[in-house]
Amino acid sequence: MITPGLTESDPLGVQRALPIDAKLDAIWRTQPGLIGTLSCVDHKRIGLRYIVTAFIFLIVGGIEALTMRLQLSHSNLTILSPEAYDQLFTMHGFTMIFLYAGPVLSGFSNYLWPLLLGSRDMAFPRLNALSYWVYLLAGVFLYVSFPLGMAPNAGWFNYPPLASGTYNPGPNIDFYLLGLIFLGISVTVGSANFLVSLMRTRAPGMSINRLPILVWGTLTASIGNLLAVPAVSLACVLLFMDRQFGTHFFDVEQQGQPLLWQHLFWMFGHPWVYAIVLPALGIVSDALPTFCRRPLVGYTPVAIATVATMVVGFGVWLHHMFATGMPMLSVAFFSAASLVITIPSAVSTFAWIATIWTGKPVLTTAFLFLSSFIVLFVIGGASGVMTGAVPFDWQLTDTYFVVAHLHYVLIGINVFPVIGGIYYWFPKVTGRLMNERLGRWNFWTMLIGFNVGFFPMHIAGLMGMPRRIYTYDHGLGWDTVNLITTVGSFVFAIGVGLFLVNLFVSLRRGKAAGDNPWDAPTLEWSVPSPVPAYNFRVIPIVASRHPLWEGRLDEFPERSSLTDGYVLNQGRETLATTVLDAQPDLILKMPGDSMAPLLLSLALSLLFVGLILHSAWISGMGALLSGIAIVIWLWPKRALGQRAEAPHV
Amino acid sequence: MNGRHFASAASLLALCGCSYAPLTYMRTYGPAADPITSLGWGLTIVCSIVVVVITMLVLIATLRARATRGSMAAIAISRSSNGLLWIYIGTGLSSLVLLGLLIWTMITLAAVADSPKAPSLTIEIRAHQWWWEARYIDPIAADTFVTANELHIPVGTAVRLRLIGDDVIHSFWIPALAGKTDVIPGQTNAAWIEATTAGLYRGQCTEYCGLQHAHMSEAVIAESDAQFQQWRTLQLSDAASPESATSLQGQQVFLSHCAACHTVRGTDAGGILGPDLTHLMGRRTIAAGTLPNNLDSLTRWIANAQAIKPGCQMPAVELSHEDLVAVVAYVQTLD
Repeated sequence: MITPGLTESDPLGVQRALPIDAKLDAIWRTQPGLIGTLSCVDHKRIGLRYIVTAFIFLIVGGIEALTMRLQLSHSNLTILSPEAYDQLFTMHGFTMIFLYAGPVLSGFSNYLWPLLLGSRDMAFPRLNALSYWVYLLAGVFLYVSFPLGMAPNAGWFNYPPLASGTYNPGPNIDFYLLGLIFLGISVTVGSANFLVSLMRTRAPGMSINRLPILVWGTLTASIGNLLAVPAVSLACVLLFMDRQFGTHFFDVEQQGQPLLWQHLFWMFGHPWVYAIVLPALGIVSDALPTFCRRPLVGYTPVAIATVATMVVGFGVWLHHMFATGMPMLSVAFFSAASLVITIPSAVSTFAWIATIWTGKPVLTTAFLFLSSFIVLFVIGGASGVMTGAVPFDWQLTDTYFVVAHLHYVLIGINVFPVIGGIYYWFPKVTGRLMNERLGRWNFWTMLIGFNVGFFPMHIAGLMGMPRRIYTYDHGLGWDTVNLITTVGSFVFAIGVGLFLVNLFVSLRRGKAAGDNPWDAPTLEWSVPSPVPAYNFRVIPIVASRHPLWEGRLDEFPERSSLTDGYVLNQGRETLATTVLDAQPDLILKMPGDSMAPLLLSLALSLLFVGLILHSAWISGMGALLSGIAIVIWLWPKRALGQRAEAPHV
Repeated sequence: MNGRHFASAASLLALCGCSYAPLTYMRTYGPAADPITSLGWGLTIVCSIVVVVITMLVLIATLRARATRGSMAAIAISRSSNGLLWIYIGTGLSSLVLLGLLIWTMITLAAVADSPKAPSLTIEIRAHQWWWEARYIDPIAADTFVTANELHIPVGTAVRLRLIGDDVIHSFWIPALAGKTDVIPGQTNAAWIEATTAGLYRGQCTEYCGLQHAHMSEAVIAESDAQFQQWRTLQLSDAASPESATSLQGQQVFLSHCAACHTVRGTDAGGILGPDLTHLMGRRTIAAGTLPNNLDSLTRWIANAQAIKPGCQMPAVELSHEDLVAVVAYVQTLD
């Protein structure tokens, strides 16, 4: 029986507190109380807020899904009205894709990046807080529509003309459009922050060929987001103008083009799919090797594959539109690109298998989640190849086969690594291990429930069941397969419930973890658990990809320096390094906790509330207050070196 | 489709306890679909093999050298082999398989892109929330006629479909005969179908189109050329005049309550918002496949369509019981 935890042979042990720790803590600690909570810019707390909020949305979206599964468990049921069903599947999609899958990975990266990179915070701590607050408020904004009975009801893809003012005059679609534009602000500032953090706030020696794969994943996703989000924000602005100001971008009567929406939406939508899986693949690439007791096989090919996936990912959007009557040459090109994008995935898949094969796998719960992910990833990839083959896609598209495919992709490639990642990093965050016994129950219930629930959807699809129907006739032969899916989805939900139970139980009663319970190789495991406010006592100097293993791997003579490095204790400071080689460059003065991000988010909310209420007054007030919040935010501060020193008299 | 494929299809369906799935596309009956079906089975089999192989590899890799006792830190860290051969071979094989599938895909695409023979029949299909209008085009204007939801086609003849959007986006799909083509407002999409075997082929709208997306079925009835010509001749004729007193009364009710939306050729009823009902009784179903076409369904539907298909464009019509009976009697004369 494998028992994770500290042993005598543990090379690091628990670090002893030194006087410098108290000084750094005083500099970096967030004040307790409400003001501290609301003004906090600590990347770790923001990261946890992201993860907790995303899981709340996951639970809400899951309840929506279970309600729909009840309605579909048998033919001709009337548990839900057609309108209720339409709102539920729209909100389920929006919630899971925009409010869970993306943000949960932002949470991981927010928490982990400075720890992985060896810095004290992200490059723009206040922007980080803004990104979280806007995400939260955009989610709340969208969900306010639900109790009002005015939730979006045209699908998460929201195609006009069904989403136009003519066919959908209520405020439902305005909630969708404004909510998505609002959320886009969060994604954009968050991505910019990741990008700059990567370029400037790595520890000395953390050159780009030593970055953990999670960093590559989030970096790639962030660049993807910065290029993709403008497309969907633009689409939303155009449709909002069509609906509210009488423009005709999508209005057929006035020579508008409904397909313009689909192009803009999927130019965003497909890269977004990669943005919400690549960091999760990074979690696997970083955590799995620890449990295989060896470095990842093929670091360089996997890093290149990550980037290649996103590059090709910008050239496949038309495969969501194969049935729209495109010229054959176009569909042939996009079909080929959709098959080619499988190749980088094959690189990663065989890298993981080789890592397990040539390693000595330790079957912890985290390992079970991460290794079973490989199989789910391949199932989702294989069904992706099937839908990428254009003629067969003409049959598969808009059937339950695609529902099965996308759930294998989103649950298999996002939820499984995320939960595996939580089992892996929970000790670092809380100082306690999660319960392994409950973990086994959690894992098997989720794995069995997921496959019983979602695999039959492939069959339902091959039997011709269309998506987004609120009911079906008995004579179509879909009853049994739907009943199995409903049962499986409830088992899966119980599995997720067991995970939450384990989380709460372990939070209070988990075994003490020590600093490095898995004997893992990367920088975050060199600091105490839970992580102090200042992250690193000294900014480390990195000499390899595996600072904590390099003595044992003994592949290079150089050694990382984790105890001797830059102290930087004159206020909140971290080290800036050069972009490629991570040579020390500057000392960055970091801003302290601030209410400005929250104020700006609230002011922006007011602006969007005004738009939904058609109130120029409220919107104007929101815009004005946003301006004031930005001025407060940017007001030059002496502590940050933004104002000249007062002359000494 | 050959017999072997059918056997696999049957076993697949039997697997999930269903003996009959009229909307499956794993068995097809026409040249616009058959090459796709072969490709579909090929993809299914290749992808299943890939999934099984990878699953086995993950299982074997996990179990063959797993550490069984001691703490994690007690297990030595080593890079025993660099493992890159796995990536080279795995990715190389995957690429070869993908290349093969890509070629097969392109060959299939070329095979079904257009009908090899010139279509001898053109049907213009307009998709509405939530029913299908079908106009059989003839060079002679008088020989053009309109029907709804059920298309008749002669076996062995390629049929050109012109898909015209009206309100929102829909998608036309007869899985046994061809893949989907979206019906998009502002553009006319083309598709073609041909049935090699006589029979009834069901279909359903597959682009989400609002409240009653679930109740927007269509069907194609493929029949011999003689039967088709007979059907066509009937469709070109006006409606027969009602004979019984009740149906005559029903006709009056129809003209005052229904004619604003429905056409019955040969009468004053000329509405164009709803389906043309001139030969309603020739159709198997009503309300785009929602109900079987019989006395009971017609009565329930006319009395309160909203109870059956909530949100549909057919309003609940205020009719006395007597008028209801009469109008049902009248529409039942529309052979």
